[in-house]
Amino acid sequence: MNPRMTVNPSAVGPTRLDFDVIRELVEPGTRILDVGCGDGSLMALLVGTHGVRASGIEIDPDGVKEAVALGLSVVQGDADTDLVNYPDRAFDYVILSQTLQATRAPRKVLENLLRIGEHCIVSFPNFGFWKLRMQVLLSGRMPKTKLLPQPWWDSANIHFCTIRDFVDLCAVMGVEVENAIALNAAGTRMPFQAPWWFWNLFGEQAVFLIRR
Amino acid sequence: MTSQIVADGGVSTAGTTGDERDLRLRSEVDQPSSPVARFTDEPLRLDSGQWLDSWQIAYQTYGTLNADKTNAILLCHALTGDQHAANTHPLTGRPGWWSEMVGPGRPVDTDHFFVICSNVVGGCAGTTGPASMNPRSGRPYGLDMPVVTIADMVRAQVQLIDRLGIDTLFAVVGGSMGGMQVLEWGASYPDRVFAAMPIATGPRHSPQNIGFHEVGRQAIMADPEWHSGRYLEMDTKPRSGLSVARMAAHITYVSEAALHRKFGRNLQDREDITYGFDADFQIESYLRYQGSTFVDRFDANSYLYLTRAMDYFDLADDHGGFLANAFQRTRARWLVVSFTSDWLFPTSESRAIVRALNGAAAQVSFMEFVSDKGHDAFLLEEPEFHRAARGFLTGAAIARGIEPPGAAI
Repeated sequence: MNPRMTVNPSAVGPTRLDFDVIRELVEPGTRILDVGCGDGSLMALLVGTHGVRASGIEIDPDGVKEAVALGLSVVQGDADTDLVNYPDRAFDYVILSQTLQATRAPRKVLENLLRIGEHCIVSFPNFGFWKLRMQVLLSGRMPKTKLLPQPWWDSANIHFCTIRDFVDLCAVMGVEVENAIALNAAGTRMPFQAPWWFWNLFGEQAVFLIRR
Repeated sequence: MTSQIVADGGVSTAGTTGDERDLRLRSEVDQPSSPVARFTDEPLRLDSGQWLDSWQIAYQTYGTLNADKTNAILLCHALTGDQHAANTHPLTGRPGWWSEMVGPGRPVDTDHFFVICSNVVGGCAGTTGPASMNPRSGRPYGLDMPVVTIADMVRAQVQLIDRLGIDTLFAVVGGSMGGMQVLEWGASYPDRVFAAMPIATGPRHSPQNIGFHEVGRQAIMADPEWHSGRYLEMDTKPRSGLSVARMAAHITYVSEAALHRKFGRNLQDREDITYGFDADFQIESYLRYQGSTFVDRFDANSYLYLTRAMDYFDLADDHGGFLANAFQRTRARWLVVSFTSDWLFPTSESRAIVRALNGAAAQVSFMEFVSDKGHDAFLLEEPEFHRAARGFLTGAAIARGIEPPGAAI
């Protein structure tokens, strides 16, 4: 592997613990689309370790430049408007990593992901996490954490949800949850047998493998 | 004329007369200073249904072809470009039109890649065009030259690549009309292109652009010195017509913001307006200069033919009306590029290409660069664009298994 195709370490700090989980969900040698791929860190990782054929979409031009300079295929575009242009079942996996909460129409985006990919992998910060609940309860202000450091007025995140909210949406949309993993604040996986309420309280972020 | 407003076309022909410049231009047509591939018994099939029985293509190369012949990059030039992408121009004495992009250590790195740039069919820099000698009549083709298309240009390039013994091009790169050729390569020769970079271009020529071209053609044909295209035999040329065509076209290559920045309403070498029709404003003086120098290096009939080729380009129409169909067989990696202030080939045109490539499940990257330089941005110093082009070619070189330019870094 080209030494330049390594991962930007700043992007794999505590905020990108979901990458490890996503790597386990993706079968080697498949076609993936990373929606909101940033600088292409996850794509580069999956190309290097899984030999996938990766494509990406990123709204931030600086991210696209980094990714293209790594030799990755990334389109400067918007998940809310540009996914409609992709044909049905063009990819084995469509990945939406920490991006769902930043879309204008999350349900529409999900509909497109499920259409474009055989499987979808969605990771998102859990707004039901106990620390966030405590901050709202005790300070009466919008919470800030290491994962969500921006103040409310400077955040691209406009559609937060909890793990339970997401599970509810999957049910409404008739989506099959193939796998789900919640990570606590330390990045440790929560026990699989634990009930949803437990995940919803102690999971800081969640990764779902879904399909239709 | 102050030096800061010379974008291109400035000529080092001071001291030469107009006649000498015309002679040099005419000698480059049939006996160019570039290498030439001549095809005397391999006719070129044209979209119009006609054939060029005996034809030639002039080209320049830079760098060295590797043993496996896997590192060749074809550059496709724009409407008024030529094969002199990275060498001193034989007529103007100026650096090649893409010397910012192509050369040792540059984004298209001639230390690593074998770079080919050929003059298009219909051109006037050594490849067969309307100024060339018609072997059947013994006089310049003029309007006896069959109308050529973008696909015809690419078909000629394919024969050149065959002649050079190259099976698959590592990359095909070009902007504007050159970008149309890149799209045509990707669509019609999917097995022979590893990477493709169409820049500041579109999948078809828009009605607005056809309109601008028509203005230029009418200016040429309205010039009495045009003589129905037979001016070369009469030792004259439609200087004012071609000059006006260039002036009008030049406005479309820049942005309003750049015109404000470079000229504003500044007056040319005078304190006040003159209440006449002299070039009072700097922008007028600049355009007149662009027009007059263009005439020294370009053939008026060539301008008619090449603008027509762009007008006729409609890749979707060639593929059942669906652009995505054009790319169904592509296996290339694509980088599509546009610039924010380009209103000749706006970003929406590039997005249409990207949509079609996505529809064909191709490996595609797309970037829009912020620039106030208009359509010409692709020819100029644009560090971010150059960095992306370098990164794209480096990534593709790794995938192709050839030594990438970035390896030494």
